[in-house]
Amino acid sequence: MPSSTAVEASLPIQSEMDLAWVRQHVRQAAAQLGFGLVAQTKLVTAASELARNTLVHGGGGRMESAAVTRGQAHGLRLVFSDEGPGIADLDRALTDGYTSGGGLGMGLGGARRLVHEFAVDSTPGSGTKVTVVCWVTPPPRPYGGL
Amino acid sequence: MSDRLQHGVTSHVPVLRLGEVLLVTLQGDLHDSDAQQLQQDICEAVANSGVTGVVIDISGVEIVDSFLGRVLAEIAANASLLAARTVVAGMRPAVAITLVELGLTLPGLRTALTTEAAMELLTHHDPAAGRGRLSQELG
Ligand SMILES: Nc1ncnc2c1ncn2[C@@H]1O[C@H](COP(=O)(O)OP(=O)(O)OP(=O)(O)O)[C@@H](O)[C@H]1O
Ligand SMILES: [Mg+2]
Repeated sequence: MPSSTAVEASLPIQSEMDLAWVRQHVRQAAAQLGFGLVAQTKLVTAASELARNTLVHGGGGRMESAAVTRGQAHGLRLVFSDEGPGIADLDRALTDGYTSGGGLGMGLGGARRLVHEFAVDSTPGSGTKVTVVCWVTPPPRPYGGL
Repeated sequence: MSDRLQHGVTSHVPVLRLGEVLLVTLQGDLHDSDAQQLQQDICEAVANSGVTGVVIDISGVEIVDSFLGRVLAEIAANASLLAARTVVAGMRPAVAITLVELGLTLPGLRTALTTEAAMELLTHHDPAAGRGRLSQELG
């Protein structure tokens, strides 16, 4: 079982520099949990999109990361939270190409496609919480055998 | 033969002139402001030098998200208005897979597998040049 010390973290998202730390942390945590290169790249990209939304649209916030298990499967959970304006129309926000700013409007919908589980909890006026989970594909034979 | 343009200094990204082509090498994690600065730097460098091509080597880039993807597309659009063609070279397979899933296929962006192939694409005016290198190698 991988140690959770390098996986569990609560990182501030207040600046561009913090976005780089978030990407670096997610990369290391995903590698530690045994994600392959493509899965790592997807996770880091999704995290980069969500962290930038937290910074740009949410006015800053945090990312919490933790190792999760379900039965035999283990994975990585990332929670991005802010106390910004919230998302009034979630369906519209998830639509490819919709942006309230000058973006491409691909971040939120794109991030959802890059992960296995995706949930948005947002109350207009009091913030947004986006939770994503990715599972490491279980190897065909249990590692180390039983 | 090649000279390092001063413009590259501000965005911490090396920009090199090789004949009629600007070679821009992106490495590691690029901050948003660096990417934006780079866009401006390349634009000015193209206008000042009159090069006809820009090669952006992203083989050292681990992720391209919608922000960097947009910057790359905008660099190509800027350069095109300044009469230069842009080729993005060396995208890692994991990055390509992720971009497609993200929904960012960047249709306006020309790509090449290596910097050499990109240079050839820009310096040979034969429209089949992109395939030419491969067939030369194979045959
Ligand atoms: N944390 C957040 N707080 C408030 N609004 C948000 C948040 N995240 C996303 N949104 C809203 O959802 C819209 C869509 O987000 P999405 O990331 O898809 O696009 P974008 O950020 O505008 O552009 P980009 O393609 O550059 O990411 C945003 O324009 C914004 O209105
Ligand atoms: Mg976004």
